[in-house]
Amino acid sequence: MATTAAAKRSFWEFIWDYLTTVDHKKIAHLYLAGGGFFFILGGIEALIIRIQLIKPENDFISAGFYNEMITMHGTTMIFLAAMPIIVGLMNAIMPLQIGARDVAFPFLNALSFWLFFFGGLLLNLSFLFGGAPDAGWTSYASLSMDSSGHGIDYYIAGLQIAGAGTLMTGINFIATIVTMRAPGMTYMRMPLFTWTTFVTSVLILFAFPPLTINLFLLMFDRMFGTAFFNVALGGNQVIYQHLFWIFGHPEVYILILPMFGVFSEIFATFSRKRLFGYTAMVFATMLIAFLGFMVWAHHMFTVGLGPVANAIFAVGTMAIAVPTGIKIFNWLLTMWGGQVTINSAMLWALGFIPTFTIGGMTGVMLGSNVADYQYHDSYFVVGHFHYVIVGGSVFGIFAALHYWWPKMFGRVLNETLGKLTFWPFFIGVHLTFFVQHLLGLMGMPRRYWVFLEDQSLDLGNLISTIGAFLMGVGAIIFVINIIVSAFGEKAAADPWDGRTLEWAVSSPAPYYNFAQLPLVRGLDPLWIEKMEGNGKIPAAEPLGDVHMPNGSIIPFLMSIGFFISGFGFIYQTDNVYWYLALYGGLAFSIALMIIRSVKDDYGYYIPKEELEKALEGEAK
Amino acid sequence: MTDTKVNNMSKESFRRQKSREEMQKQLISFGLMIVLTLVAFAVVAMDTFHKGFVIPFLFLMAIVQAGFQFYYFMHLKERGTGMAALLIYGGVWAAFLTLAGLIVISWW
Repeated sequence: MATTAAAKRSFWEFIWDYLTTVDHKKIAHLYLAGGGFFFILGGIEALIIRIQLIKPENDFISAGFYNEMITMHGTTMIFLAAMPIIVGLMNAIMPLQIGARDVAFPFLNALSFWLFFFGGLLLNLSFLFGGAPDAGWTSYASLSMDSSGHGIDYYIAGLQIAGAGTLMTGINFIATIVTMRAPGMTYMRMPLFTWTTFVTSVLILFAFPPLTINLFLLMFDRMFGTAFFNVALGGNQVIYQHLFWIFGHPEVYILILPMFGVFSEIFATFSRKRLFGYTAMVFATMLIAFLGFMVWAHHMFTVGLGPVANAIFAVGTMAIAVPTGIKIFNWLLTMWGGQVTINSAMLWALGFIPTFTIGGMTGVMLGSNVADYQYHDSYFVVGHFHYVIVGGSVFGIFAALHYWWPKMFGRVLNETLGKLTFWPFFIGVHLTFFVQHLLGLMGMPRRYWVFLEDQSLDLGNLISTIGAFLMGVGAIIFVINIIVSAFGEKAAADPWDGRTLEWAVSSPAPYYNFAQLPLVRGLDPLWIEKMEGNGKIPAAEPLGDVHMPNGSIIPFLMSIGFFISGFGFIYQTDNVYWYLALYGGLAFSIALMIIRSVKDDYGYYIPKEELEKALEGEAK
Repeated sequence: MTDTKVNNMSKESFRRQKSREEMQKQLISFGLMIVLTLVAFAVVAMDTFHKGFVIPFLFLMAIVQAGFQFYYFMHLKERGTGMAALLIYGGVWAAFLTLAGLIVISWW
């Protein structure tokens, strides 16, 4: 039905539909597409880095361009690939899991996406206009203050715009989960993915303001002559590091906690068992988030904070291993005695456990401040955080995509191709990053453009590069899988014999999600109805008209305004005429805000008759 | 018919009484806040107190004022605001850690 309707629409209607949508499911598609695009970009940058390091004293790219590559690889992968894809998954699934018809602020949701998209675009346009940022993804003030050209300015403007979008998403999701849970959906009945979405949103809310402030301080220093980080004028560059890591450490939990939720869902579903230790899992998530704010200085052990500060942060860091360990054991015990099905989603989840545990172990090694002086700024660190981010977030993203693809796009991904994605990628990850630990221990520093011959670094780097290409092969097979599956059969509503509410609606979900709000009778509501009821979720309200928000082009236009003013900020140091772009862009966005505030938009109602017709169609 | 009407009337008058009391409290706390601001200002302006007293005293005043702000003007004392309170205190904690980190480690 939906496909024939889609086929009848012209291409431009399709584009206009996505430009103006405020539907959380379509915004999720946009996030996944945008994040996927930047993921490919970041992946190409990674391959360029690895080609440069394939042999000693290689000159595949210049030293300056290498700096741009490492900076943009890190920045792109974290801010523009991993986070948007995760936000996309949350958008697609979380409202369905709590039995809501949309997020709390659909308009804001669209604005969040377009701010992310134009922020990312702005950042990457630096490649075309005179060079990308080159001070590393952390952009420490010591380097970024000295970087000539406009690369760092693009970093500041791009991340500021994208970061505003992320912050709004966090607020939006908190409001959604607090206020829009279906009748009966108490906090302690929420699926783990919803729980981790909630905790992650709180982390976003508290962690992004320090980044915003830090970027503002850097911007004032670089563009308007202040001296927050200018040591010659009495500034202090260590402040930048503190503020960056006060944001940066919670950020890594923003990347991993939602994936803990994903794995919890997948292990429970494919073991056909209730998640082991649900309550412990919830509290472990909160504990990780809580402790995550108190360990930032473990990124700065060698700055010279003194032994007392270092020791406190070392102890705090190691404490995080406890709730994380609780989670690992709970997943293992979920599978224990269950009817385990191993398909592609489950393969990623199974691959995650050893990979992430190794990453956690090296994390504890790094957390020991005494040993850290050896590891610091070496390839050991690079190996560690790739085990955590790839083994955790990227495996989690792939697992979630295989698991929820039918719910998001109405097609089940091909199993054979799914397994063919996993194996090269899994082997590639370990080839690429395991040897990097050893390279680091042998003394290879991170971020170096070349290494010398015969220092026992040749073979390890070659293996690492081969592994990177294997990961590329896996990623390409995944793209093929998407294309092949698009022509496959339509997915059933509940292809995995699921447990949570999202499997109670058709695949993909209708645009109003639930014709009647569902009544939740316990944890894993669909499973309860399958075991004790008739397999259908009871309705909590009579069938009636459904109130829906209207679409709007304003979020898109507003983001363009900020995008233009971003260029104004970057170039106003060269030529005063750029102030036109700066103020013009801001004025345009503010005018749109005023229009949005003054103009009343009451949305529209889907008449009851239409819902009845749709329900009859489903019953047939 | 008349029963519900009477019921509605009493509900209405109850609501009015409630909001009158509410307004009273708002005004009292508003007045108190102005007084507290004046006190804080006076302590600094009088120049007679020792720094060791003035600075902690100003912090105390700030905390009291923030409390008034949250509980009276932003209605945190109403029922059903538990989650909002939790998030606010979480934010206060994160901000406190940030400042403490910067003050203790970098500037002390």
